[in-house]
Amino acid sequence: MSMGLLRLLRGKKASAPVARERLQILLAHERGMRGQPDLLGVLREEILAVVSKHVTLDPTKVIVRLERGDEVSTLEVDIEVPNDFERKKVAVA
Amino acid sequence: MSKVLVVTSGKGGVGKTTTTAALGAALAQRGDKVVVVDFDVGLRNLDLVMGAERRVVFDLINVVQGVAKLPQALIKDKRLENLWLLPASQTRDKDALTEEGVGKVITELRSRFDWVICDSPAGIERGASMAMRFADEAVIVTNPEVSSVRDSDRIIGMLDSKTVRAEKGERVEKHILITRYDPSRAARGEMLTIDDILEILATPLLGIIPESQDVLKASNVGTPVTLSNADGAPARAYMDAAKRLCGENVTMHVPAERRGFMDRLLRRRAA
Repeated sequence: MSMGLLRLLRGKKASAPVARERLQILLAHERGMRGQPDLLGVLREEILAVVSKHVTLDPTKVIVRLERGDEVSTLEVDIEVPNDFERKKVAVA
Repeated sequence: MSKVLVVTSGKGGVGKTTTTAALGAALAQRGDKVVVVDFDVGLRNLDLVMGAERRVVFDLINVVQGVAKLPQALIKDKRLENLWLLPASQTRDKDALTEEGVGKVITELRSRFDWVICDSPAGIERGASMAMRFADEAVIVTNPEVSSVRDSDRIIGMLDSKTVRAEKGERVEKHILITRYDPSRAARGEMLTIDDILEILATPLLGIIPESQDVLKASNVGTPVTLSNADGAPARAYMDAAKRLCGENVTMHVPAERRGFMDRLLRRRAA
């Protein structure tokens, strides 16, 4: 009790409640995913596989961002395709 | 009746080996016949913590592969009549732990001991899954810290699905043991509380081991902490935990700060 009071007086926020809340959210998600294939992971793999069938991917020009939310998650795949790609292809053909 | 107990955690460095040694010694001090088995193949340490590092001749993998007989590999503790160690291999690969081989060794150990305590390696790979595979009960060692709690949750999921008992539709009895609990940090709201951890993991509590120099000193000299300083807070907490494992009802002690108000003020300033 006295420690709580001290904390109030010093205006510092305890970090333990933050830890507790972050864990609860994370574990609720992880428990739901357990034993199931990681959908976003699978999508990422397959999208990159399809694209690399047609374009030689430069790994440094591929940016994959993943944001897991409560309601929806987003998978952002940003692939830089060089403009001369089509021309090169024609040249080869 | 013999019981197989796995001491596990997922996360490394939380105190699995210390706990295995301390609980093993505590149960043996009570008169039960105990063997502690090191499953950390390649990174064995239970021998060191038990003070038997210079007496290892054969190991778990030798027995699994039939190179040595079980009695040849078992090392008898020099202090406690009822306590034995089966060390891990330092040189082999963890893939040498076949399920069939480990199962045979565990069955043989069951016939000789009241408690077979399996010290799991960190992680969730072969060594860890073999350590828990045949368990009847599990002690999940958890530090009051987010990464440890998350890993404990993952391990609980494995205990509920990847053990022989789980596959037969039976339950592995699970217990949380909180280690490195620091009452002063808890009081300052800097550490997850016991209630937070138990609520998140939804698993009953076996004991709370306070952060203490005793634990480090015990491993320095190679003696389980219940023997090296039997009157210290960690030793008493481990003894109580052992009693609970035996079904005794012991009041739970939450470690409290024993410093005076001025000490606390001074310490805060210093920190």
